[in-house]
Amino acid sequence: MHEFSIVNSLLDLCEANARKNNATKITKVEVKIGKLSGIEPHLLETAFNTFKEKTMCDGALFVMNMQDLIVKCQDCNKQFTLKENVFICPTCQGNLEVIDGEEMYLMRLEME
Amino acid sequence: MCKDCGCSITPHNHDHHHHGDEHHHHHHPNPQLNDPKTIEVITKILDVNDTQALHNREHFESHGVLAVNLMSSPGSGKTTLLEATIDHGGIKLGVIEGDLETNQDADRIIAKGAPAHQIATGQACHLDAHMVHDGLHHLPIDGLDVVFVENVGNLVCPASYDVGTHFNVVLLSVPEGDDKPAKYPVMFRAADLLLITKCDLLPHFDFDIQKAIKEARKLNPKVDVIEIDSKSGKGIDQWVNYLKMKKSLR
Repeated sequence: MHEFSIVNSLLDLCEANARKNNATKITKVEVKIGKLSGIEPHLLETAFNTFKEKTMCDGALFVMNMQDLIVKCQDCNKQFTLKENVFICPTCQGNLEVIDGEEMYLMRLEME
Repeated sequence: MCKDCGCSITPHNHDHHHHGDEHHHHHHPNPQLNDPKTIEVITKILDVNDTQALHNREHFESHGVLAVNLMSSPGSGKTTLLEATIDHGGIKLGVIEGDLETNQDADRIIAKGAPAHQIATGQACHLDAHMVHDGLHHLPIDGLDVVFVENVGNLVCPASYDVGTHFNVVLLSVPEGDDKPAKYPVMFRAADLLLITKCDLLPHFDFDIQKAIKEARKLNPKVDVIEIDSKSGKGIDQWVNYLKMKKSLR
């Protein structure tokens, strides 16, 4: 249950970006959460909506886009969505490189 | 859409973007004040942690020290492994200990004659790069071969944080069961080395070692595995040799 720590980092990152843009209020926060980032999305949303109070994000809409695991085979170059957690190319048994789906990103901010 | 950064900002709120690209025609000189504006950030949420982790790694490297992140469930034998490693000899090690409460683990390491610093995380279920950085400045690391970061016992949260070590060792003890890699994929995917600990208990548990290794390698086909028992000393030679080899490559 480290969603609170993640939200703390997220709120700091939002405020730093808002200040850089001379904004005083953040109205919408859009994040991308990788399916294999180790985060429980519902807990993240609850934590955000709890801890946003009295920050620049107070009242902000939280938009969470879940990112599937996108991998690319280093041997046959095929790029695809990995459905099961088996990191071996089903076509050629090659090594897979993760393109997306293991990280958490702040994508977009709407501010006033 | 910007071809430079892939963003999809609409023209009226794109005034903050400066790509230096003359073909961009969505620069409006008079944005109305108080208009809500959207900015593309595209930054990792743990960006600040990752920057600190990078700094920690540089700090280890400037001292010629190999840094190892030890992760596992509580009670899988992280501290006992470190005690056995000190007893074995051949490696000068120091430990940054992370626990919610107490100095017990650091005291055990110090009692064996190695330097250790305890971080009490309070309610935090993991160590982050900043906590490890603080710990680093309480540990005399000059002259050490290896610094271990003994993470908070937890198979979930520590996996999300780069603490600035060189590689991850994940312990799986026989009593926990061979199903743990499949149940905690993020943690076992992060493992560079899997230590199957308390191996002398194998006769007493339905733990299929080949199944555990197979599941771990589905997540990370490159993961190395050592079967170990810190009490009997099984596998400790192999583990110490592994550390020496890794240290020689830094």
